[in-house]
Amino acid sequence: MSIVRNLIINTLSAAIVFALLLLLVNKESHSADPNQFNRLLAPPSKRNPPPTHDGIHDGPGASMLQTPKSAFDTLPRSKSGNYVDWVKSLEENKIEPRYDKTDPDAKPIVMDLNIVHEVKGSMPNVVYPHKQHTEWLDCSNCHPDIFLPQKGANNISMAAILLGEKCGVCHGKVAFPVSECRRCHSQPKKKSTPKAATK
Amino acid sequence: MKTYDENIVLAIVLLFCMVLVAVDLLTARDAHAEYGDVVINNYSDAADMRPVVFPHWFHRVRFRCKVCHADLGFKFEAGGNDINMLKIIDGEYCGACHDGDIAWSVENCDLCHSGAPGTPTQVHESTLQKLVAPAGGGRAE
Repeated sequence: MSIVRNLIINTLSAAIVFALLLLLVNKESHSADPNQFNRLLAPPSKRNPPPTHDGIHDGPGASMLQTPKSAFDTLPRSKSGNYVDWVKSLEENKIEPRYDKTDPDAKPIVMDLNIVHEVKGSMPNVVYPHKQHTEWLDCSNCHPDIFLPQKGANNISMAAILLGEKCGVCHGKVAFPVSECRRCHSQPKKKSTPKAATK
Repeated sequence: MKTYDENIVLAIVLLFCMVLVAVDLLTARDAHAEYGDVVINNYSDAADMRPVVFPHWFHRVRFRCKVCHADLGFKFEAGGNDINMLKIIDGEYCGACHDGDIAWSVENCDLCHSGAPGTPTQVHESTLQKLVAPAGGGRAE
């Protein structure tokens, strides 16, 4: 009888120590210190978490899903979004996404045409490459609902993009996010004399 | 040799610790799912099912955008496609591939209906979600 009792007491003691340790570790990782460094942002070690730890999955299916890290390990990295350079992944044949539901040999109709948007202010002009877009998409995905296929006919602004219109229908949701300014604003403007100096 | 009373005390302390840990684990939960993960909760909550989480990243490794967004008719809007199970078993939307032929079939409910109950329809990590939250409250949600 005393052996059983000792066993119970030892088990309980060990469980309490374990529980307190767990509590301590957990508190440390979620410090309430308002001046903690980087408090708004997830550190690199927390990027691409597995579905069971991403905060929106819950339930028995989550542990059966592929983890992002296992898929992204072999792909070229980027500095935002999924932290994967999807265009480069496709160009380097690191991924081979089908262009047709069933036919693995279907090839996209690629159009190589750059559209330059001259923009206000000091930002470099936007160069829109049809090539990279038509690798993924069909013409009808953008034309004519999102963009009229006519130069100068589309009034695009960053405000609209941030709100999820125009380029923001994809960029900022699934294509690379708007924080990667220079991937679109890529053509330097010609040097011009400031207005104040011509007076 | 310890007495029976001490065992009770130990058990109560243990229970208390467990409750503390459980509360802490639950409240410390931040959502930082993968960029482009779409939560669809048009009808799920009302039907006592977990909302659907659609991982864009998983699908774009295997299919180009055109397949779903042009051929299958998915609009570029989270929750904007009015998808239900009847359409899926009839081969529309997700059911065009999740038919046991191209991808696993609909009896694997938990693999799609895997979101935490009550999670609203959204595109995870989208631009507006990423805007900096007001300071002073500690962590941004």
